[in-house]
This record gives sequence, structure tokens and C-alpha cells, in this order.
Amino acid sequence: MAASIGAVACRALHSRRHRQLLSVGRGLFSGARCLVAEGETHFGFQDVSETEKGEKVYHVFESVAKKYDIMNDSMSLGIHRLWKDILLHQMNPYPGTQLLDVAGGTGDIAFRFINYVHSQWEHQIKQKLKSHQNLSWEEISKSYQEEELKLPGGSQVVVCDINKEMLKVGKQKAQHLGYSEGLSWVVGNAEELPFNDNKFDVYTIAFGIRNVTHIDQALQEAYRVLKPGGRFLCLEFSQVNNPLISRLYDLYSFQVIPVLGEIIAGDWKSYQYLVESIRRFPAQDEFKAMVEDAGFLKVEYRNLTSGIVAIHSGFKL
Amino acid sequence: MRFRQLGRGDQLPHTDLRVTAEDHVDEERYYQLYPGHIPTSPLQKALLSAGSAFMALYNPYRHDMVAVLGETTGSSALRSLRDKMRHDPEGYQILQERPRIRLSTLDVTGLRGLPDGTFGREYVRFLDSNRVSPDTRMPVKFVDDEELAYVIQRYREVHDLMHTLLGMPTNMLGEVVVKWFEAVQTGLPMCILGAVFGPVRLNARKLQILTTELIPWAVQSGRNASCVLNFYYENRWEQTVESLREEIGILHPPAICV
Repeated sequence: MAASIGAVACRALHSRRHRQLLSVGRGLFSGARCLVAEGETHFGFQDVSETEKGEKVYHVFESVAKKYDIMNDSMSLGIHRLWKDILLHQMNPYPGTQLLDVAGGTGDIAFRFINYVHSQWEHQIKQKLKSHQNLSWEEISKSYQEEELKLPGGSQVVVCDINKEMLKVGKQKAQHLGYSEGLSWVVGNAEELPFNDNKFDVYTIAFGIRNVTHIDQALQEAYRVLKPGGRFLCLEFSQVNNPLISRLYDLYSFQVIPVLGEIIAGDWKSYQYLVESIRRFPAQDEFKAMVEDAGFLKVEYRNLTSGIVAIHSGFKL
Repeated sequence: MRFRQLGRGDQLPHTDLRVTAEDHVDEERYYQLYPGHIPTSPLQKALLSAGSAFMALYNPYRHDMVAVLGETTGSSALRSLRDKMRHDPEGYQILQERPRIRLSTLDVTGLRGLPDGTFGREYVRFLDSNRVSPDTRMPVKFVDDEELAYVIQRYREVHDLMHTLLGMPTNMLGEVVVKWFEAVQTGLPMCILGAVFGPVRLNARKLQILTTELIPWAVQSGRNASCVLNFYYENRWEQTVESLREEIGILHPPAICV
């Protein structure tokens, strides 16, 4: 941090024109998003060491955990719920799916998964009953009973997050909303998952991967823990393609979101980090290449809301 | 001070690159004038003012919102306070020396040992009976001038001393009375808003006491008193509360249980 302040102080002495020339130079050689030096990375728009980034990110989520959901609703005007619903529709899990939701903190994806699988199961039962007109009452009541004892078909979702506060909030929510079966909460680091190889059918990471220090390691871990045929799904903020919307989005992000953070959560800096980290994350195609580098095949992405958010999908084949 | 946030879409005339993160962090670091300072654009200040005013009314326990409102709306009042301080010898000394009232700098046991009726003893009594501490004052974030940031910090730290001198506890009624006094004294929009809207949460009996006795006294005292920021309170712990009140110009409080 001291080094970067010193560097900034130096830069502060230069005129703006000089700054532009400097950024051309930097741009020619490294591109705006590369690491400054070995062991250094970015925390929003600051340059920090890699260990520092991990700690700082941990503190951000520790302090936002309690207001996380209400802030999401305020900042996105509730649209984040639609994005997550679309992710589940794209996943289209069948009863019996084993899902690993990484950086799943407060459980939004996990709960949606459970709801989806339940409704699929009910749909299946209805279909079964339609075709088997001569089931005895015993058989019918047994098939409904199964649903109450555990998640249909043995579906399981593991919510993994590095931050204990976020998991705490998630567990409280689960209790409050009545989710208990087929759901487990694990503390873990996306770069080093505490699971065996080839364990899960689907791996999701929603709005989490941009906070990871080594994204490539997280992708490799995702590949490792997925079963062959398994699917990788990433829902993340991305780059807006439309220039007008981009200007409005920038204005909203930098002017309004930190203010909302201060008013609702009493925390300007965490939300400043949020909007800065979004800009630091690679664009759709660059991230697609990173996912392919980890070994995934048939990697595709889909923009939502003009590219404010994108869903990347890949398969381990 | 014009502070424009550069977004990603902005094109710099000499390059093909879009605005990079480096430009953004430079602008911010340029303007960080004191530790904890968060530079804000006029739009952000407007949004903060509206949002904090709403939140402070909606949830009165959000003291941080009252603080934010004071910072974003107080620039002209702070400037006139600073000028008043500059033109007074004791106030000028305070601006030079920048004393802070904190538990680490206060000798609380020493103050507790002072005779009853002295300013220091009564101040500690106020802290004990209301169970407050001088360390819970919010640090300043949104004032874009380093000296004015000190002035508002000093105002916040002197607030508890005002409670002591006015004899008001930290319940809703007491706070409203102090706000009326401070509104007249400082002209800070946050004080004026607090004084006007604070009473909405009081019951009829309290409102009656407030309007008939306490507000007139607070307003008169506020007008009569010289600027409360021009007193080096840290040098006056042994002075009696009565004599300090007289020196400042605060009228004797009405005999009412608040």
C-alpha cells in the first residue's frame, strides 16, 4: 500500500497530459488489466499484494454480510433476482443433481435450486400419475411422503464460501425460510476446494469469481471437482456493449451505488470496492478464454441486461 | 471544487485507450485531504443529503446518518463558524492547536475527583449517568476542506459539553433542546432539521414542555451566547458550571425534569 501511495504521489506531480502519455506507455506494454508486478494484484482500483487482497475482500464481505440481501435489492432494483432465476433456468437441474455453489454465502442460488428441483419433482409425479391410472392409494401416498423426507431424487446442494459471516447469514435465512434437507454449508476457498475429484454434477459461482485472487486456480478447481459430463456455470458482472447504456451504467455505479452503501449499510468503501472490482473483471470473451484454458469444452456466454451481467457455461467432457 | 468521476466510456483525446483504473485512482487520491476523507461529487452530496435525511428520520438510531447530513449540507455554516473562530483569540488558538476530546486524552479519574459543580466533574457525571463516551463521535468523511473538517469534528466533540452546560440528558427531548440551541448558534442545516423534525416523535406532554419552556430558553440562550466553539474547554475543567455559563452567555436552565 505504501508503495502505491508513493507512486501515486509521484504521479500527482505530473500534469494530466503526462499522465495520458504514461497510460499509453503502460497500455502498449501491459494492457489495463495485467498485474503490475509479481505477487501484486488489484483490489478495485488500488494495487495491493495478493495476500492483502484476500484479507481485504474478506473484511468487505464480513462487514456487508448482514445487509447483503437488502443492498442487492436496492442496488439492482430487484433485478438480481431475475438474473439468478435465469441462471437456474439455464441450469435446468433434474431431481438427483448434485450442485456445488461456490461463494454462495447467503444461499440465493441454493434456495432457488431447491425450489426448482421440487417443482420439477412435482411435475414428474403428476406425469407419472397421469400415465399410471391404476396406482393404489398406498403407492400414491408413499410417493408424496418421499418428498417430505428428503430432497426429491436425492438432490443435494453444498454451499461453499470462504467467509463465515456470509454463511452465518445464509444459515439463518435457511432456517427462517424452512430449507433444511439436502442442503449443507461448508467453509472453503474457491482456489483450494475441500472436496474430492469428480464429485458434483453442476458447479455454480454467482457474483463471486471476481473477488477471487487467482481466478485461473478457481477455474481449475471447478474442473477438478466436477464429474465428467458436469457443467460449470458462472454468473458475473461483465462489460456493457452499448455505449449509451455504458455511460448511464457508469454514472449509476460510481455516483449512486456508494451513496446507497453509505445510507443503507453505513459503508461507503465496500460498495466503492464493488463497483471498481466489476470494472477490473475481464470482459466476456477474455473470461471465456480463461474458462477454456481450464479445460472446459463447449464454453459459451450469454449477456443479460445489455452485458451488465453475463452467464458463462462450460462442460467437463 | 469540481470533481468529475471518469467512467469507462470516456475517451482521452491522445489515446485510443478507454479510461483506465489508474486515472480513476489518481483523481481520488489527489483529493483525499485528511485520513478518512471520501471525495464526493456534487451529485453524490445531493443524494447523500436526501438519503441521510430520510434515513435519520426513519431510524433515529442511525446517528451516522445525522453526521453525514451535517457534513454534506454544512459547508457555508462551517465556513462562517471557522471565521468566527479565526476572529476570536481563544477560537484561533483552538484552530491552531486542534485539540481533540477523547477518552485517551481525558483524565477521567482526575475529573471525577474535582469538586461538585465544577465543569469537569459535571461533565463526567453526564457521561456516567447517560452512559455515553466521547469516543463514539463519527469521524468526518464528506467535508472537502481539511480545516472545515476539523471545525465540524470540534462541533461534534463539543456537543456533549453542551449537554452538560445546558443540563440536558441524552433522551429524545434533551437532544431536541440541544439541537435548538445549536441551530441558533451554528446555523448548520442539520441542526435546524433536527430541531424542527425531532419533536415529531415526542408525546403531547413532552411537546408542551418543549414549546412553552425549553425551546424559548434554548433559543434565547443561543442568541445571547457567544460562539460556543470559541472556548478552550480543556482548560476550563476547574471552572464552575455557573461561571462558565455566565461567561458564555447561556441563560439559567428552567427548573424542569427532562
